[in-house]
Amino acid sequence: MKWLSDDKLDHLLDIVGTRYVCVEELGRGGMGTVYLAEDRELDRLVAIKVLNTLDVTDDLRQRMMREAQVIARLEHPGIVPVHDAGTLPDGRIFYAMKYVRGSRLDEYAAQGAPLRDRLRKFQAVCDAVAFAHAHGVIHRDLKPQNIMIGPYSEVLVMDWGVAKIRDDPHQTAVFNTSDGTVIGTRNYMSPEQARGEVDIDERADVYSLGAVLKDLLTDQKVSKPVKAIYLKAMAQTPADRYASASELSTDIGRLLDAEPVSAYRENALEKAGRWVGKNRFLVLLVLAYLLMRIFLIFTSRR
Amino acid sequence: MKFRDPDTDIGGPLHKFPVTNHSAIVAARSDDEIVRRRAFDTILNSYWKPVYKYVRLKWQAGNEDAKDLTQGFFANAFEKNHFASYDAAKASFQTFLRTCLDGFVANERKAGQRLKRGGDMDHYQLDFAGAEDELAAHASSTLSPEEFFHREWVRSMFTIAVEAFRGRCVESGRLVHFQLFERYDLNDDDVSYVTLAKEFGLDVTTVNNYLAAARRDFRRIVLEKFGDAQ
Repeated sequence: MKWLSDDKLDHLLDIVGTRYVCVEELGRGGMGTVYLAEDRELDRLVAIKVLNTLDVTDDLRQRMMREAQVIARLEHPGIVPVHDAGTLPDGRIFYAMKYVRGSRLDEYAAQGAPLRDRLRKFQAVCDAVAFAHAHGVIHRDLKPQNIMIGPYSEVLVMDWGVAKIRDDPHQTAVFNTSDGTVIGTRNYMSPEQARGEVDIDERADVYSLGAVLKDLLTDQKVSKPVKAIYLKAMAQTPADRYASASELSTDIGRLLDAEPVSAYRENALEKAGRWVGKNRFLVLLVLAYLLMRIFLIFTSRR
Repeated sequence: MKFRDPDTDIGGPLHKFPVTNHSAIVAARSDDEIVRRRAFDTILNSYWKPVYKYVRLKWQAGNEDAKDLTQGFFANAFEKNHFASYDAAKASFQTFLRTCLDGFVANERKAGQRLKRGGDMDHYQLDFAGAEDELAAHASSTLSPEEFFHREWVRSMFTIAVEAFRGRCVESGRLVHFQLFERYDLNDDDVSYVTLAKEFGLDVTTVNNYLAAARRDFRRIVLEKFGDAQ
């Protein structure tokens, strides 16, 4: 009988230990490592997040499981679905989620996507976040690196590892970060989050969304309404921001439909310009009609 | 690309599995000597290498001494039907067997003489030279003797499962499945699906499908072997 080396034995244990076979590492974070894995039962690729350490505290285990549960209950096309969760043979917690092929939002923007497409993608992000808010979940770490654009242009909000669940009796202290630990990413973090305030609400995510929008349009010449939208979202005081991601999404929708946005008061000239832009076809028709009339008047006089 | 990192490998570096084949332990209590012998052979097959290596490591026995102790331990266990006294409520079979082994070696050492076995004692045909080579490959292992024993038992079980899988593939005319599995999952050299496709004259999708099926079957066999474990 052929002797199995340690490497091969571990590999075979992978095959037997779970329904997943590791293919490669996709990324590593503070709490867990995400692997690309093959789901043998369903013959498909999945992404598996595995807790980094074997020596885990209950808090860490609970936090990881809570993350899986948070995502699992957010059934929305804009939120990456969780397929499975469990414990590896050695006791480490893992959960399997959809493997999203595609690019991160920052990479997508760097590829030179048109402004309208970017705004549409951003609106989809707002909608996913608004859905989470409606289910009492605040993401707390929204940034372009946590947003994926799939091969069919689908938008997926990822990494709910530091999400806060409102009114959750099972929430642990670590998950709540009730010690005031600052979580999130500095450039996209609301001022209240950066101050380590514990009692933050949905408007912290609205701030991050504003920062994401601003980032998304860095290389674009943006109109005053667009700028007003992200500035309102990023207002220092939560009360001055959009009250919800849903309101922000609505304003983006208005912008895309060439309608007035709540964040910006237009003057008469801008109003007229927007009206012309929105009714370009009608304006052209009228212009063509007028030109024809002028032409007819001119020719009949001759 | 294959992922290799023993600290983060799925399943971890010290994967825990059910402890042993329950039916063999039950059968070891049988009054029928043939049934008992067959059960004993199953246990011997799974455990002799871990026992030998454990004796070499924990008891610092020389290879000749370890050979005699291993032979003696199993011969004594069969002769006195030790495995029949195993009580699942008290400990795992693996712990029970290791405790028996420690007791046996300690007694032999206390007697102060190297075992001289022969005559009416059983002598099993065991590949000690192969076990010794394997042991040399573990020279840098940092596992405790108990962890090492467990690890070696898992290795032994998987080796048996691989052979069973090979047998089933041959019987069912699916040798290519096994050969692909052997090349990709068992051999130490890293090969890609593309290389295998060229080597076996298949397309990459077929290699992928065959390997997926082979892994499923192998997993089933391993789970069968451990399936009635306690």
